[in-house]
Amino acid sequence: MAGQKTDPVLVEARRLAGDLEDSYRDRIVAALYARAEAIASRAVKEAPAPRRELDWRLDAILTSRLWGYPIMLALLAVVFWLTLKGANYPSALLASLLFAFQDILTSLFHRLDAPAWLHGIVVLGMYRTLAWVVAVMLPPMAIFFPLFTLLEDLGYLPRIAFNLDNFFKKAGAHGKQALTMCMGFGCNAAGVVGCRIIDSPRERLLAILTNNFSPCNGRFPTLITLAGIFMGGLLTTAAGVAAATLTVVGIILLGIVLMFFTSWLLSRTLLKGVPSSFTLELPPYRPPQVLRVIIRSVLDRTLYVLVRAVLVAAPAGAFTWVLANVHLGAFSIIDHMAGWLQPLGKVVGLDGYILLAFILGLPANEIVIPILLMSYLSTGMLTEVNSLAALGEILVRHGWTWITALNVMLFSLMHWPCGTTLLTIYKETKSLKWPLLAAVIPTALGLAACFLVKLLAGLLDIVAAG
Amino acid sequence: MGLTNQATGFRTLRENFLPASTGGYLVALAGNPNAGKSTVFNALTGLKQHTGNWPGKTVLQARGKFTHQGHTFTLVDLPGTYSLLANSVEEQVARDFICFGRPDVTVVVVDATCLERNLNLVLQVTETTNAVVVCLNLMDEARRKRIAIDVPLLARELGVPVVPTAARRGEGLAHLKDTIAAVATGALCPGPAPIIYDADIEAAAGRLAKQLQPLLRGRLNARWVALRLLEGDATLLQGIQQFLGVDLSEPGIKLQVKEVLV
Repeated sequence: MAGQKTDPVLVEARRLAGDLEDSYRDRIVAALYARAEAIASRAVKEAPAPRRELDWRLDAILTSRLWGYPIMLALLAVVFWLTLKGANYPSALLASLLFAFQDILTSLFHRLDAPAWLHGIVVLGMYRTLAWVVAVMLPPMAIFFPLFTLLEDLGYLPRIAFNLDNFFKKAGAHGKQALTMCMGFGCNAAGVVGCRIIDSPRERLLAILTNNFSPCNGRFPTLITLAGIFMGGLLTTAAGVAAATLTVVGIILLGIVLMFFTSWLLSRTLLKGVPSSFTLELPPYRPPQVLRVIIRSVLDRTLYVLVRAVLVAAPAGAFTWVLANVHLGAFSIIDHMAGWLQPLGKVVGLDGYILLAFILGLPANEIVIPILLMSYLSTGMLTEVNSLAALGEILVRHGWTWITALNVMLFSLMHWPCGTTLLTIYKETKSLKWPLLAAVIPTALGLAACFLVKLLAGLLDIVAAG
Repeated sequence: MGLTNQATGFRTLRENFLPASTGGYLVALAGNPNAGKSTVFNALTGLKQHTGNWPGKTVLQARGKFTHQGHTFTLVDLPGTYSLLANSVEEQVARDFICFGRPDVTVVVVDATCLERNLNLVLQVTETTNAVVVCLNLMDEARRKRIAIDVPLLARELGVPVVPTAARRGEGLAHLKDTIAAVATGALCPGPAPIIYDADIEAAAGRLAKQLQPLLRGRLNARWVALRLLEGDATLLQGIQQFLGVDLSEPGIKLQVKEVLV
């Protein structure tokens, strides 16, 4: 609507067609525009040609057919490289601090003659999970978000939407999905709510159902940590950091490709229709308010992670500890549950414990790895997981190879959305069908992808051995 | 991205539309996408919300508080829209809040670098309510582009107070708060000049408004509702039904509208 001058010919045509309401509407709009124009022409004193040469030049490069995509990729890689490189040190520091405090807590419990189960639930369950979530989640988020926010502040996000518009159109989806996709990196529930910016119900559903392919806040650190251990050689060398960065960027790109693929599939089957066109205003580039953005988003993310850690991770930790330490016969409840899942887990190159951790992690993705560690460590081996090396050691001891790590990353990218997101989808669509579909699609894809990776790895092994 | 603590995690499940009565004044913040609404919001309420440089960021309404001259003001950041004609969800949300959320003041944030396009929304808001303050934002960018705006003339033409600001630098915000307070407390009563349409529309709207006046119980501007009905805006009927409990599509009323259109 905006900026359209009502064409008198059209108005006349409609009038002849006898569509009175429309003609009223057009005449009303035309009068409004005329008034706005009259006021503006009198109030704006001198308006020489707007000087947007720099904007034009930047846009010519950043949204060009040739340079648009490489620049987007490069920026993505730089952001992740900085995140990986920068998060490593504070993570280790936070971990040693928090785990040192765990020892203090333990001795305090001993001195108070607290029963072992209480110490288990509070310290080994709640506190340790909380500490892990804070140490591992916080630093990457506190780096990634400000960087992303700076890009947004510059005005780069709409350019991303501009660049990707063609792909979305080809997939039968709405170009604004690029923006909801970007929101999903922060929180899929927020991304799903953000889909309200898409008017057409069909395209909104596409955006909602595929938002989960943006790995959110709770999954990033998992990807980053596993990539750091298994692909990045514990990030001790520059080459290692580069390899881990490439892995994470690869996973993100895979997520985006899957988003297009799923949208394409849905718009040819369940959600048939043609993509609607829309106008997206490319706002002027603005110098980002660096300090303000950094303070704002660091505080915001920190608070977010801490709140989630207390509200979700701590109770989940207590719950898991109980499951891991209540024995039925020779095995704990967790062992029994993982035992049931083991056959399926093995088939797709994971294991029962991993699948169980993802299932128990339904309330929030942040707690998948802590739950997994707790179930691995429930055998009384109370190692302190305060470094990548220690974490890697535990995983390798439980039979992990880099194939397992890759599969866990893939499954983390492609499995059901967290509970909050599912509830949000239900709330936004007012039907149980869509959250169900939003869970089934990625899970099916995830299991298939893991199975394929395992199959390929097996073939390669045979070839190598042959 | 608007990924604030208010908008992520569990809080996404909380919907907020009409605020509980706060005892203070309620201020709606409208404006085109990218006119700096969220920046004005932050500048007034303290750093509460991330501002994003892309259109259509504020999907949910962010709300914050500030106190000024001993009064408490609750500020509601509406989604950015180019008009109130309810062509999209955002436009409907913004319009419904201005019409039914009972704001004491509606501040329209305007991008000084492209005044004409922004005035469209201002004119539509002033048709709806008298208690309007125009916040002429991005004056710093306008200066950089050598655009000079005659603020007193603009205020005279619109019939509402116009406050030039550069919210990013904090320019003009004290004056904006004073003006909001003055309009809210009734010390300042803006009298926007109505837009005069062609004779048919004016006659029809006049007749229809007369019929609507008693039905709306002073909660809405009858002339404005009449104009919307003439446009055939069905979403407004829903809104009136939902928020005012008046069903305008009852047979009696429908007849009158038909009569007008004949």
